[in-house]
Amino acid sequence: MGLLLEAGVADAIRAHGVETYPNECCGALYGRDGVVMATFALPNTTEEGPRRRFLVRPQDYRDAETRATAMGADLLGFYHSHPDHPARPSQYDLDHAWPFFSYVIVSVKAGVPEDMTSWRLQDDRSAFDQENLTHA
Amino acid sequence: MPNTIHIPTPLRPFTDKKESVEVSGATVGELLKDLTTRHDGLKKHLYTDDGRLRNFVNVYLNDEDIRYLQKEQTPVKPGDSLSIVPSVAGGAISPTPQAEAEGGLS
Repeated sequence: MGLLLEAGVADAIRAHGVETYPNECCGALYGRDGVVMATFALPNTTEEGPRRRFLVRPQDYRDAETRATAMGADLLGFYHSHPDHPARPSQYDLDHAWPFFSYVIVSVKAGVPEDMTSWRLQDDRSAFDQENLTHA
Repeated sequence: MPNTIHIPTPLRPFTDKKESVEVSGATVGELLKDLTTRHDGLKKHLYTDDGRLRNFVNVYLNDEDIRYLQKEQTPVKPGDSLSIVPSVAGGAISPTPQAEAEGGLS
């Protein structure tokens, strides 16, 4: 199991993380069969403090699925940034994770993007598995 | 006339990739129960261990959030449709025990 980011995808995720720093960014991943062809930036609507949380509202989620259909692609998952924290999922990430989706996390330290990782929820919801992340 | 439940992308692996599933019941809760009976793998992703809908699972009856109706006790009519719509949330606070063990936070 792995995720391949086509050219420009990783740069778009990093740029979004830098743009919103010191707040978290979030967005949707589109593609097919483990290949991310495009991203779409989404508003971080959390009311719990955007430096440490992100939230995609149900209406924005619905729009994200509709956009996938219009593109002839699948919604493969979501990305978000961890400002000044490692690119590793938190307990909060785990508690709110959906199966099937890839969760790409980019660490942004002092405004500079660093590690990028991808994770998938285990079937029993007990933990994430890190998946191999490659760039075209 | 049966009721249908629209299944979001991350739950379709549990419904044989179907985007909607036909179910029957008299309330929202009964429709959801019928769904999880037909597709057992869905239950742990929709409900907590003590049987409550997870707070990032949004359920709409036609286009109304059931939180503003009678929640799972909301009665349904033949032909009504339900949609399960995810909230997607996360954040950097509190590493998992897994991350801590691997030297997570710096």
